[in-house]
Formats: sequence, structure tokens, C-alpha cells
Amino acid sequence: MKKLTTLFAATALATLMAGTAWSKTFVFCSEGSPEGFDPGLYTAGTTFDAAAHTVYSRLLEFKKGTTETEPGLAESWTISDDGLEYTFKLRPGVKFQTTEFFTPTRELNADDVIFSLERQWKSDNAWHGYVTGGSWEYFAGMGLPDLLESIEKVDDMTVKIKLKRKEAPFLANLAMPFASIMSKEYADKLQAEGKMNQLNQMPLGTGPFSFVGYQQDAVIRYKAHPDYWGGKQKIDDLVFAITTDAAVRFQKLQAGECHLMPYPNAADVGAMKADPNLKVMEQAGLNVAYLAYNTTQPPFDKVEVRKALNKAINKQAIVDAVFQGQAQPATNPIPPTMWSYNEQIEDDTYEPEVAKKLLEDAGVKDLSMKVWAMPVARPYMLNARRAAELMQADFAKIGVKVEIVSYEWAEYLEKSKAKDRDGAVILGWTGDNGDPDNFLDTLLGCDAVGGNNRAQWCNKEFDDLVTKAKETSDVAERTKLYGEAQAVFKREAPWATLDHSLSIVPMRKNVEGFVQSPLGDFAFDGVDIVE
Amino acid sequence: MFRFLLGRLAVLIPTFIGVSIIAFSFIRLLPGDPVALLSGERVMSPERHAEISHQLGFDRPIVMQYLDYLWGVLRGDFGVSIVTKKPVIDQFLELFPATVELSLCAIIFAVVLGIPAGVIAAIKRGSILDQLIMGTALVGFSMPIFWWGLLLIIVVSGMLQWTPVSGRISLMFFFPSVTGFMLVDSLLSGQEGAFQSAFSHLVLPTIVLGTIPLAVIARQTRSAMLEVLSEDYVRTARAKGLPTFRVVGIHALRNALIPVVTTIGLQIGVMLAGAILTESIFSWPGIGKWMVDSVFRRDYAVIQGGLLIIAAVIMLVNLAVDLLYGLINPRIRH
Repeated sequence: MKKLTTLFAATALATLMAGTAWSKTFVFCSEGSPEGFDPGLYTAGTTFDAAAHTVYSRLLEFKKGTTETEPGLAESWTISDDGLEYTFKLRPGVKFQTTEFFTPTRELNADDVIFSLERQWKSDNAWHGYVTGGSWEYFAGMGLPDLLESIEKVDDMTVKIKLKRKEAPFLANLAMPFASIMSKEYADKLQAEGKMNQLNQMPLGTGPFSFVGYQQDAVIRYKAHPDYWGGKQKIDDLVFAITTDAAVRFQKLQAGECHLMPYPNAADVGAMKADPNLKVMEQAGLNVAYLAYNTTQPPFDKVEVRKALNKAINKQAIVDAVFQGQAQPATNPIPPTMWSYNEQIEDDTYEPEVAKKLLEDAGVKDLSMKVWAMPVARPYMLNARRAAELMQADFAKIGVKVEIVSYEWAEYLEKSKAKDRDGAVILGWTGDNGDPDNFLDTLLGCDAVGGNNRAQWCNKEFDDLVTKAKETSDVAERTKLYGEAQAVFKREAPWATLDHSLSIVPMRKNVEGFVQSPLGDFAFDGVDIVE
Repeated sequence: MFRFLLGRLAVLIPTFIGVSIIAFSFIRLLPGDPVALLSGERVMSPERHAEISHQLGFDRPIVMQYLDYLWGVLRGDFGVSIVTKKPVIDQFLELFPATVELSLCAIIFAVVLGIPAGVIAAIKRGSILDQLIMGTALVGFSMPIFWWGLLLIIVVSGMLQWTPVSGRISLMFFFPSVTGFMLVDSLLSGQEGAFQSAFSHLVLPTIVLGTIPLAVIARQTRSAMLEVLSEDYVRTARAKGLPTFRVVGIHALRNALIPVVTTIGLQIGVMLAGAILTESIFSWPGIGKWMVDSVFRRDYAVIQGGLLIIAAVIMLVNLAVDLLYGLINPRIRH
């Protein structure tokens, strides 16, 4: 018996020692399979997490935890006085990953940058249609085909991009996943071998982790890139364990089978916070939900009426009922994690009596209106029907009758655009590139009337501020202009701003260095596991 | 036996053609443009549309299109995934072993526990034990798989930490697939602890997938057994003073098992349906999860091809079961 115990102890010790010799592996229980590994072709966050934030890097990067940009593969840049020419100086000595499927012979240069952007832009580029059915959705969606005039190589380490018109958010666009920089050398080799499709299956870039292998719908493996320009990572291996069910992800996290998980079930968050082995990070997501009045239709063309209705809505009650507290009432049309958020602005307080009086003063009696409720759950609004019912009750208190209407989702989006639409629409927005322009101009600019501008609100003062900000590259100046624009928005009240949902990230206690991204993506550079 | 086989095939072939017509119509009946659905291209110029339409044969008469499709299917061409661009049949063959492994374990689990439970319940008919077994079987039969799976994960993996939560093997182990069966591959890999890891990952999904067949087999065994036990030859055997073990074990069970074999065969279809949910809960990379993921990815080519392959597999299994049944019970051949 004693012998057996000794044997056991020896085995245990051996296992333990083998354990310490093991490499440090970080397991991320990801929520789904990537669509592919070329970030230019897709739009889903799942794909960006698996390809763009691991294997690739970009000319500019978002500073961790913010929506501000900082130098990435471009060490510095200059913008011409007319704001049309951007000259990027590339970082010298950036090495591509060496993998089992490709050994690079040269470092990053201007050709790689030009290749990465032009394949998405020019339809005569051999790589433009290399994946059947693939389209460069983000590149087109951000309006780049119309914006770009030319992309030129000045010398090996300098790239000049000319624009057709001034566009300040352009720099932020270059920090987005679709603008990931690929290796032209690798692409050339694949093209020569007639295996172009491999670019989308076995990615290779300059990012913190190199791709090892993907087993469809099960697991993606990465290794730390030893020559990463930002320094080698503290973890040696990165594993994405694809686990589609949120409840199962939570169990795996609890059991220590993964270190971090995205998108928990709202109902599990309490248990996560109570578990001593876990910690939970939360912050406002880069989104907003709103009720857009139709400002062209009486009586909603009157500011007093819109203000009165805004004061009648109990936002906290909506947040509590719809999100179980996992959201915060919204004051501004942009979320507080976004740069240029105006902290000074005060929200309309919930005062039904005052609201009633405002409405009487405006000469509006026996108002009945429609409130449109989205038929689907979105991150910014989990249950629009419920929110609409709560507003119905709120408005009833000030004598306003509400009829709730809804349509099939595609029809809802289309019909709500109509300029003569009847009723106020519940809708929301999730930011794409962390630029305030992506909210303020996209959703409230005069050009967007009849489109994304569901309030059909065209205010010259607001529009001038936003347009001026878009054409200015100076961030301090832009911040000031957007701050003023938010003040105009609040004064004119084209929307009732409803909420920003919280983005919640639970992880093991021993995870260090993870920074939550306001853009909602998951990047693991800088992450460590401490024992 | 040959005529029996011919008879079975005579039913099978029209069935397969029927299923292939349904699979063929699937894309054409969906709302939206079938060319766009099959090619996966969202933005298409009219010229591009015409080109793809021609490539896919959409400009040919519908009957010809169907015959082309059927001819392709007979040669093993079930289309190409819109997402991965790999032939559907290749993906199926890659993932099928995982489902077979899980289904085999589940059916073994169901048979090994279900038959004895049914026999005991039959012998002790009317006793508390019988009621307990049949009650449990009823509960097992009506258990929603999704709920049952999550419950086991929360209790067994989460609270007790006896088994891993999901997947086929710990991610610390990393070796190439040889047979596709993780239990075999983990042994072949020679890595210490790999087999234990693979085995422990199989426990919960096996129980979840095996629960309904277990309940069905137990009930079927019990009623077949009761029927046989009331037959004259059993009474004769008993009257001759043979020990109960011999009467039940040799005389009665052998005959009682005949209908049970059919039941087991019928469970294969149920099993594949159950695998869709079980594999999804346990992140088990088999064909069930593949189908669900393909629905989410809107990979219509995979859904279309996958359904047809799965239907074909179920039909072949049923044919095999019928033949087996014909072997052990010659009477039904006539």
C-alpha cells in the first residue's frame, strides 16, 4: 500500500512538473465560427476577433480601450493643407509571421499596403473577386470607393493616399478590421500556385499571433508571433474554443476550461459576479437606442411637444425592465465611451406633471400617436415591444394615447425611412469605426433624411457643425464642434435618447491585462495569466 | 432472401427520389433569388447574374436541371459549401465519424441499460420496481434534450466537476485525426492522458443522446417480454422445473429481442435528430452541429446537400436493420 502511495506521489509530482514546463495557453470561449479569415470580406465581429485582431495589424490602431487612433504599422503621417493627401511613413523592420505554410523573405513595405487596399477597391485587381460570392462590404459601406482618388508608392516605406474630398473620419476607417495589412509576397505565391482561396483560409500577417490551424466549428489555434513589432506576447498559445451556447460558455468558464468569454446571458451575470474565481468587466457599449419623432409632421414639428414627451418617459424604468439593469439611460446620441462625448449636457428629467403642462402650453390636446416597436432584439434594445408598452403607460399619464405598431424587420427598416411616416420609431445604432461622425452625421445629418435619419430632422445649425467637424483633421477642434452639435441636438430634441446597453465581459480571476474595447471586439495582445 | 432484398429496394429507390426532389426544390422554393442563394453573392451585375445562372444551369428546363442534379448526386456531387468552398460530401465525411462515435456510444449505453431494465420490469411486473423503471422511462422519454443537456452540464460538470463541459477532448491535446474516432485517435496519438480526456468528454453527450432510446428500448423490451412470458412454451419450460434464469434468459429473451431489434434500428433516425441538439449543446463537431451552424451561416448548399446525405444514411441504416431482422426472423420475409 505504501509503495502505491509513493508511486502516486511520484506520478503527481511528474505531472505537476510537466505542467510547469507546459507553455502558457489562453483559451477564449468564442461565440461562433468565423466566416473566413480575410477581414475585408466580412462584417461580423466574430470574424474580426478571429482574424483581424489576432493575425493582422493595420496602419493605424485603436488605442486600447478607447475609440481614439494611434500609430500602428504607419509610424507617422502627414496631411496636406487642403486635407486631401495623406502621406504615411511605415514602421521599419516589421516582420511577417513565419508559419508552416509560408516563410516570408522580406519585411513590411509599401507594396503590402497598396495590395491590401487596392484589392478591395479596384475591380480589375486579380484579387478583387478571389472568393466567389465575396464582396468588400465594409470598404464599400464606408464609402471608400467614391472617396479614394489614388494610392501611390512614394518609396518602399512611404505610401501616399489621395482623396477626392475632405474626410476626417478616414483615419479611423484605416484602423478598422477591413483595412488589415496582408503580405503581398504571400499573396503572390498563392496566386502563382493557383491557390488564391488559401488567403481566406490560412491567414498570415504582422499581428501579435500567428495562425496555426482551424478545425471547422470547433477550435482555432494561434501561436504568439515571436517577432511581433509590438513585442512578443506573454502567452505562448491562444486558443478559440468555439462554444455557441452562452450557458455552456459560462459553465466552461466556471470549470476553468476557458479564461474569458463574450456575450453572457443576462440572467447569468449575477452568478458570475458572485463567483470568487471570476471577475466581470462592464462598460457602456458603443451603441444607442432612441425614439425618433417625425419632426416634419405636426405636432412633432414643435420642439415644445418633443421636449414634453421626452420628459414624460421614465428611462430608468425601461432600462430596468428590458435590460435587468444591464444598460444605462442615454443622454446624448453618442455613447459615453466615445471621444467628444459632451459631459456637460443634462438629460431631460422624468417629470410627468411638468410634461403635461408643457404640452398644454404648446396648445396640444387629446394627442394620439403611433409608436413603432422593432420586431427583433438588438444589442441596444433587447425588447422594443416591452419598451413601447412602458412608454405607452408613461404617455397615458400626460394624456397622450399611444398605438403600438410593428412590421417585419426588413419592412420596418424600409418603411420607417419614409419622410411622411406616421409615428415615432424605436430604433438604434451600433458604431462601426469609433468616430462621432458615424453617429451624428450618419443618423442626424441633413443628407440622411429619408434614409438613416429617422427623425427626418434637418437642422442647419447642427448640420453645419457636423459637416465642419468632418472636414477638420484637428481632433481638439473636432471635439469642440461635436460637443456643440450635441448641445443643439439636446435643445431641439429630435429623438428621445433611450439607452446605451452595457457590454459585459466575464473572465477568470487570474486573467490580467485584458482591456475591454468600446468597439465591442476581443483582442488578446497584452493579456497574461498569472498563477 | 433475395426477393426480400429486391422488395426493400423497390421501396427505397422511390423514397430516395422523393427526398431528392424535396432537396432539389428547397433552394427554388425559398424566398429570394436562387442564383444569389446558391452562389452566395449579394451584389451582382446583370451580366454576372446571367453568367452564374448559366454555370449553375438555371437557364435549362427545370426537368433537365433536376436530372443534372440527380446525376451529380449519384456520382457523389452534393454541391459546394457557399462559405468554405469545400465539397459538401468532403465536409460530411470529415464530420460524420464524430457523430457515429457519439451515436454508437449512445446506442450501446441505451441497449446495455435498457434491455436489462425492461427484462427486470417484466419479471417483476406490477411491483414497485416495475413502476419505478417504467416511471423513469416515461420521464426519460419526455425529457427535452436541450434542457436535459444543460441540466447535466450545470450539475455534473459545473457543480460536481466530474466531467468536462463540452468539446471532444481537452484543447491541451493536439494531434492529427487518423480514423476520425476520438477514442481511437487519442490512443494512437500516444499522448498520456489523451484517452481519458476523450472518454470523459464523451460521458455527458452519450447520456443525453442515449436517454430517449434507453427509455424506448426499456419499454419495448418489457412489453415484448411480457408477451413472450405468457406463451405456452415458456409455461411448459417453467412447468418442467427449469430455473428462472434459463427460462427468461434463454427461452424468452431470445424471442422477445426480435421486435426490440427493429426498435433499435428505428432509433437511429431519432438519434440523428437528437444529435442536432446534443452536438450543439456540447460543441461536439459532428454533422448535427454542422447543420445547425450552416443554418445560422445561411449556407444553403450545405443545408440542401447535408439533408439529402443524412436522409440517404438513415435509409441505408433502415435497410440494414430490415435485412438483419429478416435474418433473425425468417417469417417476415414472406
